[in-house]
Amino acid sequence: MLTLRLYLLQRVTAILMAPLVLGHIAVMIYAVQDGLTAAEILGRTQGSLGWMLFYGVFVVAVAIHAAIGLRVIVAETLGLRGAGLNVFAWGAGLLLLALGLRAVWAVTA
Amino acid sequence: MSGDATMQVSVWRSGDGKEGFQTFDAPRREHQTVLDVVTWIQQHADPSLAYRFACRVGMCGSCAMMVNGQPRWTCRTHVSRVLKDGRLEIAPLRNLPVIRDLATDMTPFFEKWVAAEAVFAPSESREAPMAPIKPDDPRRVAADAAIECINCAVCYAACDVVASNPEYLGPAALNRAWTLANDARDGGQKARLDAISKAGGCHNCHSMGNCMTFCPNELNPTASIAGLKRATVKAALGWGKG
Repeated sequence: MLTLRLYLLQRVTAILMAPLVLGHIAVMIYAVQDGLTAAEILGRTQGSLGWMLFYGVFVVAVAIHAAIGLRVIVAETLGLRGAGLNVFAWGAGLLLLALGLRAVWAVTA
Repeated sequence: MSGDATMQVSVWRSGDGKEGFQTFDAPRREHQTVLDVVTWIQQHADPSLAYRFACRVGMCGSCAMMVNGQPRWTCRTHVSRVLKDGRLEIAPLRNLPVIRDLATDMTPFFEKWVAAEAVFAPSESREAPMAPIKPDDPRRVAADAAIECINCAVCYAACDVVASNPEYLGPAALNRAWTLANDARDGGQKARLDAISKAGGCHNCHSMGNCMTFCPNELNPTASIAGLKRATVKAALGWGKG
């Protein structure tokens, strides 16, 4: 059920996510050193193309990576196969993408 | 060991519409193998017991069974190593259809070897001179580490990915594919990499290592499969020779 294409997609998205997660944590730790309010954070992120791209890429990578992982789990533990499995994986990916992009839009637009 | 010591042996029986474990009292002897026990039951307790063996010396790979829940080559498994509270439970190999009692149908196992293109594809005719391959050639060393498979299907029975994904080619077929992927004389590399990149291919391996843990010849199919994953990715990205 995991073809070379899905395997590669999952590995490439993992490679993308690793530095983005580290960058996110590093900025969090740095930013809260002297205390920051939500308004101050939004003041820095809203209208920033850089942060929109940073979290936008992360959300896209998460949606692909997690959907492929969930696809394997559901197939192996629940025995779902064929069209049903594809519908589930696409649904999970698109749901994560929509929720994530909505959040990115709210913080950076 | 005294001559009249016995042990309880539960043996899986199936066929004729009935299935379940049947318990026998078998003599406990020194240096006794699990295959000796099964043979004793067939010769002295119930001649209708079906099981499969041939060489009795760990060469042919035909006597593998589940012993106390774990896959074993029964001819080389001493009872003293596996006896639990004076009991043995012997069942047919997991992940394969059962023909009768302890004999499994190995057809799906070998069909997957063919599906994985785990067969040698000559690149030269038989008239060609012998290909010079140095023993320390890295590809030869990689093939050497994986080549002593006896097709016993112990790894296949141990594999939880096979259990949850019947399409998966399994450790033995992929291990064989890896030895051929390292064979300089083989001309079927592209077809093989394509065959093991499909839905049931090598990328489904979770690297749990059950195959490595249970392989009676101490091979490491998990490492072979990891090698195949690297080879398929390199070939897909055009990085050197897969």
